[in-house]
Amino acid sequence: MINLAGRDILHGWGKFVFTGIGLGLLIGVTLTMAGVYRGMVDDANVMIDNAGADLWVVQKDTLGPYAEPSSVRDDVVRDLLGRNGIMAAGNVTYLTMQASSLAQTTGQRKEVRVMLVGFEPGKPGEPGYLIAGRPIVRSHYEALADIKTGFVLGEKVRIRRHEYTVVGLTRRMVSSGGDPMLFIPLKDAQEVQFLKDNDALLNERVRTASNPAFNRPGVPGLLEAVQASQTSSRFVNTVLVRVDADADVEEVAGEIRRWKHLQAYTRAQMEEILIARLIATSSKQIFMFLVILAIVSAAIVAFIIYTMTLNKIREIAVLKLIGATNKTISSMILQQALGLGLIGFMVGKLSATFWAPLFPKYVLLLPGDAVKGFVLVMVMCGFASIFAIRAALRVDPANAIGG
Amino acid sequence: MGNDINRGISGIAPQIIIFPWPINIAIPQVFKMTKLKIRLIALGLLVAGVFGWVVTTQGPLASVKVTLDKASSGTLSNGVFGVGVLEARRSYNLAPTLTSRVGRIYVDQGDRVHKGQLLAEMDAVDLNDRVTSSEQAAERSQYGIRVAEAQLAEAQSRVHTSSATHARFADLRAGGYVSQEMLDAKLHEKNAALSAVASATAALSSARLDQLRTHADASGVGKLRAQTRLLSPVDGIVTARLAEPGVTVVAGQSIIQVIDPGSIWVKTRIDQKQVGLVRVGQPAEIVLRSQPQTVLPGSVKRVEQIGDAITEERIVNVVFTAQDVAAMVGELAEVTIKLPQLEHSLSIPAAALKQLDKQEGVWAMQGGKVQFKPVKVGLSTLEGRTQILSGLAEGDEVIVYSQQELHAGMKVKVVDAIVKVRQ
Repeated sequence: MINLAGRDILHGWGKFVFTGIGLGLLIGVTLTMAGVYRGMVDDANVMIDNAGADLWVVQKDTLGPYAEPSSVRDDVVRDLLGRNGIMAAGNVTYLTMQASSLAQTTGQRKEVRVMLVGFEPGKPGEPGYLIAGRPIVRSHYEALADIKTGFVLGEKVRIRRHEYTVVGLTRRMVSSGGDPMLFIPLKDAQEVQFLKDNDALLNERVRTASNPAFNRPGVPGLLEAVQASQTSSRFVNTVLVRVDADADVEEVAGEIRRWKHLQAYTRAQMEEILIARLIATSSKQIFMFLVILAIVSAAIVAFIIYTMTLNKIREIAVLKLIGATNKTISSMILQQALGLGLIGFMVGKLSATFWAPLFPKYVLLLPGDAVKGFVLVMVMCGFASIFAIRAALRVDPANAIGG
Repeated sequence: MGNDINRGISGIAPQIIIFPWPINIAIPQVFKMTKLKIRLIALGLLVAGVFGWVVTTQGPLASVKVTLDKASSGTLSNGVFGVGVLEARRSYNLAPTLTSRVGRIYVDQGDRVHKGQLLAEMDAVDLNDRVTSSEQAAERSQYGIRVAEAQLAEAQSRVHTSSATHARFADLRAGGYVSQEMLDAKLHEKNAALSAVASATAALSSARLDQLRTHADASGVGKLRAQTRLLSPVDGIVTARLAEPGVTVVAGQSIIQVIDPGSIWVKTRIDQKQVGLVRVGQPAEIVLRSQPQTVLPGSVKRVEQIGDAITEERIVNVVFTAQDVAAMVGELAEVTIKLPQLEHSLSIPAAALKQLDKQEGVWAMQGGKVQFKPVKVGLSTLEGRTQILSGLAEGDEVIVYSQQELHAGMKVKVVDAIVKVRQ
């Protein structure tokens, strides 16, 4: 049987291919939008994964540490370590802030928005893998940076009053908002979070000195003692807990909630907090956009195939005139539609794969989404061709001779 | 546009018209290779190839990239790092011993002072008068002694006279020229004179003791007076002037602070996890915040016996080897203490060491898949090497960097570097 579709495509291949590419770019945008949505959810998920914890112990009655501010005394971790079923626990602080580094070539400050994570090496909260450099070995002024920060090994990053040397690079260490993480030793992070700037410190000292309760004649040293107590910070945002393999996470969490006057979230609860509450509206926003984009793309595919067929009405009339069967004509239209869909999907998948890494935030292209997308494109093409076939079969052969 | 397709269909139409059963007979025509067709097929294959390559290597189906490194044997130069504050080991807070008002202050911050120099004086109130009074009392006691001595001399003279008179009357009585009564009266005179001598001697002793007492009084008041003068205990620098003349301070409240500039050291806080190998005498490198480019040599002078339970740190005092360090007390310093080198130690990059549950180990390649190998580790150096005590042999390859967290049995692709190092 002659392949009419092939012959037709071969003849007007330029038009066919370019239509396919155009369609493909549209499909690419849809796939990318799906990737953006998936990436957003994945950002929240990797944040949980990267913490490497089974339990998040935070201030009572808060949804901390990611969704709400939370502060816990940093000696709570020792209480927790003494409890049954707890294998490891680590203090962690989180702070989203601006970090800057001095560009060597231009001498200009490069500002990056990062989530600053203070952790204790060897305890939960430490990044699980590196892609370059080495872990933090000095107890101060060293940092691990996510590759998305754009920092390179050996670069000096200024955070508040100290400069930190980037000694290692990580990947996919982001906050739920997609800000790349910068890891520094806990003690430094506590200082960053709680130590105020010099002006504020001086003002606070003067304020305390003017309080007669703290600045009494005849009690030397009282004022100094009070002022010293004001600058120390003994808080962290959360304690990450890893439980023993044979311990029941829920039970351990329940014990902590009941007796320690703290809140403890399990992994599932944390996922719920992050995905169902923290990023719920923004992810729904993207999802709505994705749905509309998918519908629009499907409509455009259908219209293109329909109009393509209508453009060939005269030729189809000729075919009919020379005795081509309905089956021949239908299969030609269907094959062309599916071919267009195939080209479109391939171009779309390629373009999405190529431009996804250029996005500032993570775009996650799942194979499952691609397969779903392929099936949808093919179904849509098939569906659109039904209308086109109906239109073609209704053509009066007399049209061929200008009727 | 319509014309293109018109021609396309009409291009095949004549062939179909020529043959009575056009559909069957036209098959060989379809497979006739035109240049265009070959090009299009080649293009199609190329696109399909690129598509396949992209899907399997770029996207989520791509295998995880890792880098390998070998466990190597060599010398490990070990060290510990801490931050500290510059402090004077010998710092003196000068304060009055009594609650009093500041009288005069002779020095200001930054002044170099020598040992014994008068730095400040407290208001003496009546102490000066009391010193004068007691000095005069001491002087007066001198005269008391002289009076007692004169009285003694007089009494002794009377003893002399009355003894002679008594002896003469005794002779006369023996001759019967005087009555017994007269002799008895002379004896009484002699005894009375002897008693007067004893009395005068006692009075003299009392006067002498009185003199000692008044001298002691005077000296005591003088010392009290000296307490109001604050003298420098060392050759040093005044670092603080904490009160001004006219201010009343309580006993023990500092007025002036003097430090010995030769005794400046860095009070370094070292994490308790790392402090175990630090010993007195080990060399150290000190970087002051005011001179971040200069590395100053130093050495460990003292390791404090008591650690801080809250901060989990221990204080290590590090002195400067060089004498004249332009440093200020209270300045922040970074200290790296050099520990003894470990010879012939097996080590791996610290980034390769991972923890699975409670077990430390490394990921190694086993037939294209990764596998966890438990190891026992020793020290970690500041250069990012971890000493391996057991579990690996020299030359064993371990995975250092990976694009993702690894799991047992994962398929990976070995590359030279995951990120290109930009300089």
